[in-house]
Amino acid sequence: MSFVEYGDTIKDGDTAIVFLGHESMFPVKVQHGTVTQTKYGVIRHSTDLIGKKYGSKVTCSKGGWVFILHPTPELWTMNLPHRTQILYSTDISIITMMLELKPGSIVCESGTGSGSLSHALIRTVAPTGHLYTVEFHQQRAEKAREEFREHGVEHLVTVTNQDVCKNGFGVSNIADAVFLDIPSPWEAIGHAKSALKAEGGRICSFSPCIEQVQRTCLAMEEYGFTEINTLEILLRLYNVRTISLQIPDLGKAAEDNSSTGFDSSNPSHQGSPCANLQQGTVQFKSGVPLREVVGHTGYLTFATKS
Amino acid sequence: AMEGGRSARIREGDCAVLKRDEVFKAVSVLRRRKIIFEKQWFYLDNAIGHIYGTTFEVTSGGNLQPKQEVEETTTETKEAGTDNRNIVDDGKSQKLTHDDIKALKDKGIKGQEIVQQLIENSTTFRDKTEFAQDKYIKKKKKKYEAVITIVKPSTRILSTMYYAREPGKINHLRYDTLAQMLTLGNIHAGNKMIVMETCAGLVLGAVMERMGGYGSIIQMYPGGGPVRAATSCFGFPKPFFDNLHEFPLSKVQSLLSGTFTTETLPADPEENALVEEESNGLTEEKQTSLLETEEEPTTEAAMEINPAEEQDTMDINAEDVEFKENKGKESKENVREKQIKQWERRKKLLEAAALLREKNADGLIVASKFHPTPLLLSLLEFVAPSRPFVVYCQYKEPLLECYTKLRERGGVINLKLSESWLRNYQVLPDRSHPKLTMSGGGGYLLSGITVVLDKGKSDSSNSEALKMEEPSSKRCRLQDLPC
Repeated sequence: MSFVEYGDTIKDGDTAIVFLGHESMFPVKVQHGTVTQTKYGVIRHSTDLIGKKYGSKVTCSKGGWVFILHPTPELWTMNLPHRTQILYSTDISIITMMLELKPGSIVCESGTGSGSLSHALIRTVAPTGHLYTVEFHQQRAEKAREEFREHGVEHLVTVTNQDVCKNGFGVSNIADAVFLDIPSPWEAIGHAKSALKAEGGRICSFSPCIEQVQRTCLAMEEYGFTEINTLEILLRLYNVRTISLQIPDLGKAAEDNSSTGFDSSNPSHQGSPCANLQQGTVQFKSGVPLREVVGHTGYLTFATKS
Repeated sequence: AMEGGRSARIREGDCAVLKRDEVFKAVSVLRRRKIIFEKQWFYLDNAIGHIYGTTFEVTSGGNLQPKQEVEETTTETKEAGTDNRNIVDDGKSQKLTHDDIKALKDKGIKGQEIVQQLIENSTTFRDKTEFAQDKYIKKKKKKYEAVITIVKPSTRILSTMYYAREPGKINHLRYDTLAQMLTLGNIHAGNKMIVMETCAGLVLGAVMERMGGYGSIIQMYPGGGPVRAATSCFGFPKPFFDNLHEFPLSKVQSLLSGTFTTETLPADPEENALVEEESNGLTEEKQTSLLETEEEPTTEAAMEINPAEEQDTMDINAEDVEFKENKGKESKENVREKQIKQWERRKKLLEAAALLREKNADGLIVASKFHPTPLLLSLLEFVAPSRPFVVYCQYKEPLLECYTKLRERGGVINLKLSESWLRNYQVLPDRSHPKLTMSGGGGYLLSGITVVLDKGKSDSSNSEALKMEEPSSKRCRLQDLPC
């Protein structure tokens, strides 16, 4: 297994995802002799994991069971240990497409943060591309290097510990795309331009505040970037639910034993798409929005160097 | 071989995309071929050899000329008003008439100069606020300074173009929704993907771009053959198509039940489909000749010069060309050629069937006009466990049913029904705000991950799966309030 290549069976040293159910999962480092505690009991790596197929059901000591999943950047994003606020797959998806990333692309990124976007970028540019990621926090940079090693992708990424606003990305004229998620991106636009290939490339800056966006757009214009475009994207999730609504009792018309038009006790009632399992209710399937959703992550500004 | 770089130059035969502000159009780069785009006629000849991304101006002779970098001279403090309380919009403030402007254009006066003339001849210009003057100048520039950028096709460019111009052809799949599909589906180099789409080949092209020529794709198709009109726009190198297979939906049931055979295949539709496939990027010769038989689209509504938009149209064109070539030449050679083609076709079909039978695909992408449930229930059988799948539907309701049926089937977890919300912004000093128009909807996605299917204990795994997937408060009885 690796984050850039699917494998069929769980091996010693793999990072696997333990799925316990609705919204409940966590990553685990597979190791001979190790034991992992879950609310359904214990998982013994040597007997329960190693050699099993990814996607298998594993019964834990208390009788409950879990599924063991192959890692993907998307699952990693949902389960990685946060050292900073991270980017989620919704933003990552549009970034990937708008920067026109694909196998072989050379990308520059700053800041590395918790490595959420980094893993996704590495997956997209593999096997022939490369990610140059810059992080000014020494421990975070080191932790990122460690994780990339553990996940078998260190050959696809170079982590540099420096301040991108002062010293740039450490490379010049080779990148197809540059991504910025830093407090003052306008200070790095010049460095971004020199990191990009002479023939052209794409740039993206992510900022939570509109004031940052305004400064960044001005800087992009000053440095000759074109096609400057700012957008925001949000995910709307729906829960699939079977809903039952009661039919109100509107009484009967005078001297009339027949019921009102909406007679749910008549199974052949026209237009009634749902089974009436109980008198006085109508059932239907609905995609119900969540009560609380993410209202804002950040503004994404894209531009082209030509 | 894959192109990670942007250093590509415009070559004859390429599919290029013309861009002017937010308007795109895909065209074939051919010499002495008149192009019409945004009310302008020109030839692409002079563009050949330039780097993609170059911006051109249209000269009076209909030729393209790279646009020179022009110094913005309007930096001196302009006279401007404070608000519009005294500005009356009576349509009489511009002193130049239509004829005057036409005369300027005919004289060959550059757009920049025309805009300057319009400003000087506007009685209200100096009363407008600075912002209003800015807006006025931008509007006039857009109309009179016609610059065209020639960009290299990519998923970003083509998905934006199709959504703006011909959303019906792609089931109104908005480009950000497509972006979600590619990431949720973990599309990357080396995958063995199953793709089923009726989006003119746009989704297939997007998947191919993200796979970079590595791995393999089996495209499932309805009817006689897959439509790959948009796919050919991407300009993938030939080797990308070596591992692209196709398989008819009409044979899926037989494959799943073990009764699949190539003996009962109708010859004619497949022959035409084969020809269509060839012309969709495999045989350059054929593609060029087909393009020549198709006349230049007379309206800007036409998407591209490639005539293979609809399967039917393509069949007719292919037949025409083939029959013209074979008129009166019913020689043994031709018959034998047809037999070889048919044999090759059968061979490819068997290869695709063998690939599917392995039931170890790394993912499934569905984006079609058909009801998603039967597609999902059957095609998921070919996917390995612990792999993502994503289904797109223009409407939400069929996905509700799909979700329910998948729950009953089992073997899937982490089911998510989602919709992506997208908003564009205008960012200018003191004038930043979301743009005035917005897309009302870009379709819906149902995604999930496969797991090992427990066929033996379907009942118990059912209730267990329900227990696993929905929080216990949701398992309400019917007497309870709606849950």
